Amino acid sequence: MSDHHHDHHADDGAAHGSMSDYVKGFVLSVILTAIPFWLVMGKVFAKPHVTALVILGFAAVQIVVHMIYFLHMNARSEGGWNMLALIFTVVLVVITLSGSLWVMYHMNANMMPPSMHEMRNQP
Amino acid sequence: MSDTTALSANGAAPVVFYEAEEVHPANGTLLGFWLYLMSDCLIFACLFAAYGVLGHNYAAGPSGADLFDLPLVAINTSLLLFSSITYGFAMLEMQKNRVKTTLVWLAITGLFGAGFLGIELFEFAHLIHEGAGPQRSAFLSSFFTLVGTHGLHVTFGIIWLVTLMLQVGKHGLIPENRRRLMCLSMFWHFLDVVWIGVFTFVYLMGSLR
Repeated sequence: MSDHHHDHHADDGAAHGSMSDYVKGFVLSVILTAIPFWLVMGKVFAKPHVTALVILGFAAVQIVVHMIYFLHMNARSEGGWNMLALIFTVVLVVITLSGSLWVMYHMNANMMPPSMHEMRNQP
Repeated sequence: MSDTTALSANGAAPVVFYEAEEVHPANGTLLGFWLYLMSDCLIFACLFAAYGVLGHNYAAGPSGADLFDLPLVAINTSLLLFSSITYGFAMLEMQKNRVKTTLVWLAITGLFGAGFLGIELFEFAHLIHEGAGPQRSAFLSSFFTLVGTHGLHVTFGIIWLVTLMLQVGKHGLIPENRRRLMCLSMFWHFLDVVWIGVFTFVYLMGSLR
């Protein structure tokens, strides 16, 4: 029985959480969720840009907390391939998000509405 | 790891072959499912990018600050967070081989998920009733696409959860069902991770303006 149990753990290759892991993750998540809601609903900072940056920081920390305590990410699970796939995905996500926002922001800023003259001469 | 030495055809220097065997888990399902989740992550990244680009184009219609009901979003967020930890409890019970308590925690998770979905549908119906449907402006189109896609994932997660509850009830915690429960665990926690992005980027930052 214990042999079978051991085999099962060996062949699934995934990390398992413990009760303390889940509780720690949950408490941290509650704190990291409550503070951004309080910052926005209570209008704690006068400047919206400051609030936006702070709550984005909280979201980033909370995502890491979820990855570690709920998804049991570490560099060892599945022989490191989980982590490698995650890093690759994060790179693509950052390129997609920052690239889209950067390009489209400048498109919006630089594209003036065409004049009547230009519109008449369009092919 | 093994190496083989052989003489080359002309009898000169011996040719050496090295054959390295990589360590790999016998069951690749969980890694494969993780790769699926990463590709799903890219879908959400594209929808977030679309929302980020179009989120200010109100077409003289209502903005996020006019529409979003933050207390409702807070309730929704806590429902999803509770469902995450109750799924964790179900996994802990599964490791202890207790069928009944596993099923109870799965059922509670499903109820939290259904509550989340109910509130989201109520919010959507309310917005559409107010004339702020997806066809109103680019902001609302991208909003409904992003949040709706997340809600669709939760819907399929609940269908999957009910299916697995029936499977576990019928066949018990056999290795196949354990594997399926672990895949759904990743899926469910992944949806919570995406929701962190949604409530921060869409609801909280949208209410700032």
